[in-house]
Amino acid sequence: MSDILEIALRHVQGFIYPNEVEIYWSVLIAVYPYITGLVAGAFIVASLERIFRVEEVKPTYRLALLTALAFLITAPMPLIAHLGHPERALEIMFTPNTSSAMAMFGFVYAWYLLVVLLIEIYFDYRKDIVTWARERRGIRGAIYRILTLGDYDISDSATRRDEKIVNVITVIGLPSAAFLHGYVGFIFGSVKANPWWSSPLMPIIFLFSAMVSGIALVLAIYVISSVIRGVSPDVRCVDKLASYLLYSYILDLGLEFVEFSHVFYTREEGFEAILALINEKLFFSMIVVQVIVGAIVPVAMIAVAKVFRMPDRARVAVYTVSAILTLVGVFAMRWNVVIGGQILSKTFRGFSYYVMPLLGPESASIAAAIMVVPLVILYVLVKILPPWEERAETA
Amino acid sequence: MNRRKFLIASSAIASGIIGFRLARGEEAEGRATGYIFVVDVRKCIGCGRCVRACKIENEVPLKPYYFRTWVERYVWLKGEKDLKVDSPNGGFDGFPNIYSEDEVAKSYFVPKLCNHCEDPPCVQVCPVGATYRTPDGVVLVDEKYCIGCRYCIQACPYGARYLYPRDGPRESRRNTADKCTWCYHRITKGYKPACVMACPTGARMFGREDDERILRVLEENSVSVLKPEQGTKPRVFYIGIDSEVR
Repeated sequence: MSDILEIALRHVQGFIYPNEVEIYWSVLIAVYPYITGLVAGAFIVASLERIFRVEEVKPTYRLALLTALAFLITAPMPLIAHLGHPERALEIMFTPNTSSAMAMFGFVYAWYLLVVLLIEIYFDYRKDIVTWARERRGIRGAIYRILTLGDYDISDSATRRDEKIVNVITVIGLPSAAFLHGYVGFIFGSVKANPWWSSPLMPIIFLFSAMVSGIALVLAIYVISSVIRGVSPDVRCVDKLASYLLYSYILDLGLEFVEFSHVFYTREEGFEAILALINEKLFFSMIVVQVIVGAIVPVAMIAVAKVFRMPDRARVAVYTVSAILTLVGVFAMRWNVVIGGQILSKTFRGFSYYVMPLLGPESASIAAAIMVVPLVILYVLVKILPPWEERAETA
Repeated sequence: MNRRKFLIASSAIASGIIGFRLARGEEAEGRATGYIFVVDVRKCIGCGRCVRACKIENEVPLKPYYFRTWVERYVWLKGEKDLKVDSPNGGFDGFPNIYSEDEVAKSYFVPKLCNHCEDPPCVQVCPVGATYRTPDGVVLVDEKYCIGCRYCIQACPYGARYLYPRDGPRESRRNTADKCTWCYHRITKGYKPACVMACPTGARMFGREDDERILRVLEENSVSVLKPEQGTKPRVFYIGIDSEVR
């Protein structure tokens, strides 16, 4: 660590408190809100079909649920990897300090995983699981027989009950998803010592950018997995998802505009430092990547594809590229919040410098590895619980 | 219920509440008096003895990014609008003379340390309660309990906290949050903190709330605290600083 700090110390600009040379929340903490945002967003896509009966997005309903689960299982990994004492991680649940926003993490997480997602997936798949448990032999059959949890009743009344349970859970789940990510925003927004974070709008901005990233993720995974499976994606479904991506992006950008207007209009203490932060320190990651490449370009691309009625294949391709750019842009947003907030010194007179090591603890490679984990989990989940109906019999 | 019963019942409730209030009041009065730290900036010469004494006394790593206390230099140059602030290696080796005397309009050294706030954000945000405030008003970290999440470091407006490095000399403290304790191990035995002992000019003063010497200094001077707008109610009082010091 000291080697990195020595490099950082050479790049420090202006006056910072001596203890501020180290960037205490590393790239892993930027990955964490990114992943939870994807969970919340993917769940919201799934809920659209359930609650609002948007028939077009039905092909992505189960895929979105499995995506949410895969990313949710991964969510604590960057946090635990980042802790100074990972072996004490569970103390956050056993002896929580109730005045701390962070102490809620374990409970919010457990609620969302155990009460919302697993119940919804179980009851949504129950009929299929029972069928597979009866048909399959060997290890796969055994897995399905365990997953039935001993309930083999798939009579009409039982399936109607399952439907009802899933509907109720979705209604509970939607605000829970909002809470999950809103609370992550609150962890940053409530740090009054940091003018770049301290804002009551932070939870809401996090929530809307979560929706944006979740919709983009489900769209991208749906199209790419369709290509891999050799089937053509449902164009109506992709169209609808792209529309939702566009609408949620407009809301998200509107909110961020309000936030920046507030900063620029009120010109509170630290304003000069924030201005320098945006203009110099974060120019590339914020103005170029987050705003231009990650927001304006995809929004314009989707709008153009919609207005000019491109042919189906071209439109799907444009949407997919837009979705991937969006995913990059939202990650840049998390980076700019987490790292940007720390390079801005609390003296408001200088900037620290973040060195991201390639290898070792809290490095780029660990962050990249953690980002691959949900995709691996999703692959396994899709193998066990195929989300596409036409393949369910032949898989 | 007739009027007589109502009166008896309500007076019983009222006396109960009053009794509870009085008992609580007694409890508050019985509390140990807290400590106060006073820094007289006019006396500080920037020698850095306090920084060295602190690092040795408290096994703080000697590298230039870990400080329980440090010293900042504030310089106003003639004809320049913006002031200059620096703190090379936290003032550990003193301050090199980089300004010529003719240019300087005003300058002073400001020793910094944990403010042991009455309303500390670090205590509020610690997810496991490893950071806590003692009855005598000292904010401490339980190194056997801290999970190393660093939320407290983010929450401290004064940059008073750091993460004790994984190769630091005190094994039990590695990878946990660390900060000034006002030398709790010394003051509870009646000694002064190491930085106060080491200060050759008496710029750092420390004592109990009812210490007459401290009270007189506070009465006779205009004192201020750092970043009062944060609402943290610091217990380190400064004499002779401008509002630019934060």
